[in-house]
Amino acid sequence: MAAREILGKMLEFDTDNHLKNRDDWNEQVAIELAKEEGILELTDRHWLVINFMRKEYMEKGNAPSIRKLTKESGVETKELYSLFPKGPAKKAAKVAGLPKPTGCI
Amino acid sequence: MKKLLILGGGTAGTIIANKLHEALDQSKWHITIVDKSETHYYQPGFLFIPFGIYTSKDVMKPKRDFYPRGVEVVIAEIDKIDAGNNRVLLKNNQILSYDYLIIATGTHIHPEETEGLIDGNWHKDKFDFYTLEGACALQNFFKSWEGGKLVLNIVEMPIKCPVAPLEFLFLADAYFTNMGIRDKVDIHFVTPLPGAFTKPIASGILGDILEKKNIRLTTEFGIARVDNEKKVIVSWDEQEIPYDVLVTIPTNKGDSAIERSGMGNEFNYVATDKDTLRSKNFPNIFVIGDTTDLTSSKAGSVAHFEAEILYDNFLNAVEERPMRAKFDGHANCFIESGFGKGLLIDFNFDVEPLPGKYPLPGIGPFSLLQETKMNHYGKVMFRWMYWNLLLRGQELPVTSNMTMAGKRY
Repeated sequence: MAAREILGKMLEFDTDNHLKNRDDWNEQVAIELAKEEGILELTDRHWLVINFMRKEYMEKGNAPSIRKLTKESGVETKELYSLFPKGPAKKAAKVAGLPKPTGCI
Repeated sequence: MKKLLILGGGTAGTIIANKLHEALDQSKWHITIVDKSETHYYQPGFLFIPFGIYTSKDVMKPKRDFYPRGVEVVIAEIDKIDAGNNRVLLKNNQILSYDYLIIATGTHIHPEETEGLIDGNWHKDKFDFYTLEGACALQNFFKSWEGGKLVLNIVEMPIKCPVAPLEFLFLADAYFTNMGIRDKVDIHFVTPLPGAFTKPIASGILGDILEKKNIRLTTEFGIARVDNEKKVIVSWDEQEIPYDVLVTIPTNKGDSAIERSGMGNEFNYVATDKDTLRSKNFPNIFVIGDTTDLTSSKAGSVAHFEAEILYDNFLNAVEERPMRAKFDGHANCFIESGFGKGLLIDFNFDVEPLPGKYPLPGIGPFSLLQETKMNHYGKVMFRWMYWNLLLRGQELPVTSNMTMAGKRY
């Protein structure tokens, strides 16, 4: 558990380095979190994925897998990887201020 | 007569059938098991086939030998579950009604989900080892292989038995060393995960073993397709990794009947309450083993621990008493590491695999997260326990919920 400063405010992060408190998240925080992941600009396509993830999380209590993102967000896997390089589900969850998806093990 | 219907007669379905048949009053209950196949496969044994340690006859027995006497067995494919009307439609047009349903239809590999994987040289230079056919084809291939690039790739998580890919790598290292061609074989593990395993402490220890055994590791590789002409696997971000032989752990999905029934998630796994193992949507349906959408490992040990919990909750539910047993996500797995040694891991939803002794604190005889000869003997003996005790629903000398005693943290 660690706290660090984002936009002048101390925010808490979990052991996976994802935002701990859902209420600390807003669009400005997302832009900062994206920069930490090397994503310099959040386009409409990024926001589509981020908003889908947040909606899923609020409804189901779990951030979706890549397969679910592809199936239901309308963004193809290939594009997901270009928007959120390396691990799209994990990275998009991080920018969306959600815990790491519990897809594995 | 009340009717209990069990879909799937694999590890989970067979264990729970044996346990409940023993406990339920046979003058009041009729138990039916549905499965499409007559053969029970000891799936942990598939791993040993490519390296000539087991043959197909070591891993196959008739399913009927393990079902309790007195249950009705229907050999048929399931079309769909009509949960709203408490009935199951079979592909042979038979309709089975139930008072209670237990779904144990498991998970299967789907290599066709990855572009180029089964085109062309499937089971010639691209193999799986999660089916008997795949494992046997790979055994034949290895017999005359003179070396080259061996790539082991996990397509996407979750997979059945998440330690099996690591065991495959360790056994391959030992096999090619014994063949005298280890210096001609480049073993390369390519995974979508950020490390060798999903949990940090085990991932670190297992990653060190890979390095010690000179096995290359590429992480965060999401495979998009196989280019059969160039013999490379290509990621979604266009990285290429060349292979001479590709061993794949394809996408795992639950049974298609779950999809047809509209009861599954994106991988056809059934929404299951993580404590009670009851369906989240239907109070007279329970779910066990690889079929659940829980984050516990998809493994036989998990099915066995779940069976203890489900048994307790089922017997209370049918009497309309509160369900008290809670599943904790407990899994334990032997990990063969080659050269007559093995590791053991023991973990649950909340506690990652830790070092220590198991099952007796401080004594063992098994050592957690450490390579020992005793752990290897444990794995070897386990096949006997599986056929003779576990499938028959008998008690094993381990607790169903995980214990912290004996673990170092």
